[in-house]
Amino acid sequence: MLTEFGKILLFMIIAAAFVPIGLITAKLIRPSRPTKEKNMIYECGEETIGSPWVKFNIRFYVVALIFLIFDVEVVLLFPWALAYKNFGVPGFLVGIVFLIILVLGMAYEWRKGDLDWDRPKPQIPTLTNDSAGFEEKN
Amino acid sequence: MYDLLTNLLGNQIVAYVIAASLPLIFVLTFVLFAVLAERKVSAHMQDRLGPMRVGWHGIIQTLADMLKLLQKEDIVPEGADKTLFNLAPLLTFLGTYAAFAAIPFAGIYVGSSTAIGIYYVTAVSGLVVAGLLLAGWASDNKYSLYGAMRTAAQIVSYEIPTAIAILTMVMVSGTLSLMKISDMQTAHFWNWWILGGPETGIVKFLLIPFMIITFLIYYISSLAEVNRTPFDLPEAESELVSGYHTEYSGMKFAFFFLAEYANMFAVSAIAVTLFLGGFHSPIGYLGHSLGIDWLVPVEQFFWFTFKGTALVFVQMWLRWTLPRVRVDQLMVICWKYLIPYAVVNLIIVGIITLL
Repeated sequence: MLTEFGKILLFMIIAAAFVPIGLITAKLIRPSRPTKEKNMIYECGEETIGSPWVKFNIRFYVVALIFLIFDVEVVLLFPWALAYKNFGVPGFLVGIVFLIILVLGMAYEWRKGDLDWDRPKPQIPTLTNDSAGFEEKN
Repeated sequence: MYDLLTNLLGNQIVAYVIAASLPLIFVLTFVLFAVLAERKVSAHMQDRLGPMRVGWHGIIQTLADMLKLLQKEDIVPEGADKTLFNLAPLLTFLGTYAAFAAIPFAGIYVGSSTAIGIYYVTAVSGLVVAGLLLAGWASDNKYSLYGAMRTAAQIVSYEIPTAIAILTMVMVSGTLSLMKISDMQTAHFWNWWILGGPETGIVKFLLIPFMIITFLIYYISSLAEVNRTPFDLPEAESELVSGYHTEYSGMKFAFFFLAEYANMFAVSAIAVTLFLGGFHSPIGYLGHSLGIDWLVPVEQFFWFTFKGTALVFVQMWLRWTLPRVRVDQLMVICWKYLIPYAVVNLIIVGIITLL
C-alpha cells in the first residue's frame, strides 16, 4: 500500500518519465543536421552583442524580498486558519495582530515607494532647424 | 478508484500506475482540444474561421501539429547551458502534473486524498516558476532571460493574492482537503462556496459578496500565474519573441506548450473545486433519480470537466478582449490593489465566520 504522499511521488515519477519518453521518440524520427547558423542565438537575425547575463534592475530583488516575507506569513497563517474557530475571538485576534504587523510593514514599503516600478520619463522628440535635419532634444 | 482497479487487474502496482496515469490521458486530451479551441475562439472573435483544412472544421489540427513538432529538429544554441536547457521542460511539466495529483475529478477519483490538498497544490506549482526561470537562464538569449525574469517577478507577486484568497477559503471551510471542500458543496448550486456554501441563515447572506470578491481575486491572480493575457508579459510575442521559450524547438517546445495549457486547466480546476462546487452537479444527479449507481461518477466527471472548461473558455475570451498591461501596471495591480483587497476581505470573512 502506498501512502497518500507515495501516490504523489508516483504522479511525479510518471510526469518525469513521460517527458523523456516524448523526447526520445522525437529523437528517433527527427533529423539532426546542425549548422553554425542554426545554432546561433536568436536575436532577430543580427549577430548577438555581448552576453545576456547582464545586470538586472534591483526592483526584481525587492519584489523577491517582499514576496518572501508575505509567503512565509501565508504559510504560517494556514494552520491558524484551520484552528482559529476553536479558540473564538481571542484565537481570531492573534492571527489578525500578526497580519496587521505585516500590513504595516507593507504600508511602509508603499510609502517609501518600493512598490512603484520606475519607468523612464518619455522623451518627446522635437524638430529643430539644424542642417543635420532631425535631432532629438533631451 | 485504486481499490477498484486493484480488484479489476489483480495487481496492485499496475493498478496504482494506471490510476496515476489517468490524469495524464485527461490532460493530453484536454490540451488537444484546448489548443484548437483557443485558435477557433480567437478566430471567431476576430471574424475569421481559424483552422479549417485538417478534418471537419480543423478538428484534428492539433494532432497534425503534434506530429509536425515530433519531426522537428531539436536545436540547442551554442552558448546554452545544455543540462539546464534540457531539464527545464521536464521541471515545468512535472510541476504542472504534480498539481493534478490532489485535484478530485469525481467522487471516486482523486490522485492522492492527502489531508493538505490545497496547500500542497500551492506549494508544488512553485516548481513551474523554477522550470521557466531555468529555461530563460539556460537559453543564453536576451529575450529568454528577460522573459524569465518577468515570469518570476510576476508569478511570485501574484502568488500572494492567490494564497490569501485560498487562505480565506480555508478559513470558511475549515479544511485543506480538496475532497472535503468538494463534498461540502454537494446537492445544489446554492451550496457552492461562491454562494456562501452550506452555511445557513444570516452568515450565508453576509458571506456571498465577500466570497464573490475572493473568487474574483483568485481568478485574476490565477490568470497572471499561468501567464495569460492581460498578464502575458513573460511571453509577449510582439516584444520578447515568446520570452522564455524563444530558443526551444520541436518536442521541448511542445512540452512547454503542454504544461502551459495543462496549467490553465489546473488553476481553473482549483477555482471550480474551491468556489463552484467541484465535481458536484448544480442540479442533482440523474443517476440518483434513476437508481443507476455507475452513472453518478460519470456525471460528476462531466460536471467537473464542464465547469473547468468553462473557466478556461473565459481565459481565452479575456485574451481577445483585454490589451496587455505594462510592467509597472502589473506590479501596481498586484501590490496596491489585489493584496490590500485580499487582506481586508480575509479579515471581514474571518469576522463573519465568528458570528
